[in-house]
Amino acid sequence: MSVLLIAEHNNKEFKPFTLNAISAASQINEDVHVLVLGSNSDSVAKSISEVPNVKKVIHINNPLYENYLAENYTSAIIKLANGYSHIICSANTFGKNLMPRIAALLDVSQISDITKVVSNDTYVRPIYAGNAFATVKSADKIKCITIRPTSFDPAPTSGGSAEIQNGNPGDTFDLSKFIKKEEIKSDRPELGTARVVISGGRGMQSGENFKLITAVADKLNAAIGASRAAVDAGYITNDHQVGQTGKVVVPDLYIAVGISGAIQHLAGMKESKVIVAINKDGEAPIFSIADYGLEADLFDALPKFLEELNKLNTIQK
Amino acid sequence: MKILVAVKRVIDYNVQIRVKEDGSGVVTDNVKMSTNPPDDNAIEEAVKIKESGKASEVVAVSVGEEKAQETVRKALAVGADRGILVKADGIIEPLAVSKILQKVVEKEKPDLVFMGKQAIDDDCNQTGQMLAALLNWPQATFASKIEVKDKSLEVTREIDEGLETIEVNVPAIVTCDLRLNEPRYASLPNIMKAKKKPIEQITASDLGVDTKPRIEQIKVEEPPKRKAGIKVASVEELVQKLKNEAKVI
Repeated sequence: MSVLLIAEHNNKEFKPFTLNAISAASQINEDVHVLVLGSNSDSVAKSISEVPNVKKVIHINNPLYENYLAENYTSAIIKLANGYSHIICSANTFGKNLMPRIAALLDVSQISDITKVVSNDTYVRPIYAGNAFATVKSADKIKCITIRPTSFDPAPTSGGSAEIQNGNPGDTFDLSKFIKKEEIKSDRPELGTARVVISGGRGMQSGENFKLITAVADKLNAAIGASRAAVDAGYITNDHQVGQTGKVVVPDLYIAVGISGAIQHLAGMKESKVIVAINKDGEAPIFSIADYGLEADLFDALPKFLEELNKLNTIQK
Repeated sequence: MKILVAVKRVIDYNVQIRVKEDGSGVVTDNVKMSTNPPDDNAIEEAVKIKESGKASEVVAVSVGEEKAQETVRKALAVGADRGILVKADGIIEPLAVSKILQKVVEKEKPDLVFMGKQAIDDDCNQTGQMLAALLNWPQATFASKIEVKDKSLEVTREIDEGLETIEVNVPAIVTCDLRLNEPRYASLPNIMKAKKKPIEQITASDLGVDTKPRIEQIKVEEPPKRKAGIKVASVEELVQKLKNEAKVI
């Protein structure tokens, strides 16, 4: 049987993590069908049909799905579910909100946030904020799975030409209503997918001081992250938070500035390829996982760091 | 209005997790246990709504072993009126917990059910959404602000792109983010008073819920260790290493 993947999109284009979910899905079974639930969302269905790993796109185009509400999405998905062996989406706030509602109605024990596909019923997933990894096997007939996007490479975006089939909307219950979305716009790379991330912690001492981070981020074309402590102190908005309760990032280079390294922060960044820590407390736990540690006052080190970067002839973007 | 709050007993968030040598799980013997942190936010919010006069009763419920009674007792000490402990041993998957809570909801008939968005032990993030599905109630997950209206709630949710505001009809399920509020500490007199508040004890089988796991846990392992890095003496050395050794800039 085939795998049904639920696409995340904004009715114009699909969200990048949909591609990571498609690759995870094709590791389970090559017959990947993608469901696009949206309103005026033809361009989304079309661009997904061009992903070579996708064998079929089911497009349900209805004003009901203009905004993403789990209640409405679920009733449409349930109608399709019995034709599939697996239902999959990303373990970001989209999929975390949606999948358990589907799983419960199918009487399925969901497997959340998998980082590895062992076989078509066995997976690896982090528990205790990534302090342990569990290998688990599902006995349910349909498997409901969310995948950790940063653990799977994105699928290629062109070369495919899957069939687009129109589907029927589900029942409506009128239980909830979308009011507004306050998206934080930025010209920088997205935190979840950036090649370089530079994050500030409580050591930054104020929101104003984040300009030191911003200057380095501009130079390195980096996304800006933060620890929970910095977010809670109001230095920066919560969409920048890296950690167990924020975003999980796996950049090539992660620079932690004035971050002590609480377990909850490490859970969000310790898989980064190269980790740099700048902290004046030489005993800070962040140094135990840093590839390069610099014990220094960040207020001296950051301007100097920028100065040294400016001396380089070339910088990777 | 009546609010049911679900709380879970988990390993304290400050404890360094150790994996058992036989790979069967993590060490829980002689380890400090506490209330799952966002469940504290759920209790706090329910108590605040009651204090504002918009709710008449707050009931705390936990599913787990006998000792989960301590977690219910803590909720009573910060302002819940009474408690329910549904006893069940071993790993109780979120699907089974939500079926148990469904039975409790059918009996207690609350208008709202609050709980943390995720438990910090299994990190599943499922129970609230599953309960909402089983009851066919709306769900407001990852809530960082709740406004109680006449027959609905206006909830601000923490999402990847920023914030989203939705309105859900009552009855509803809300799962709470850590940013929702600042949980209070229990005062000594309130801890004493909580000892006199009633906790009803029932079992999962009394409620007719099968808690047998559907997911087989094959093994639990430690994460791969990062090899120890080095300390650099200066910013110049750091930049040189990043450029020529790690080749990432």
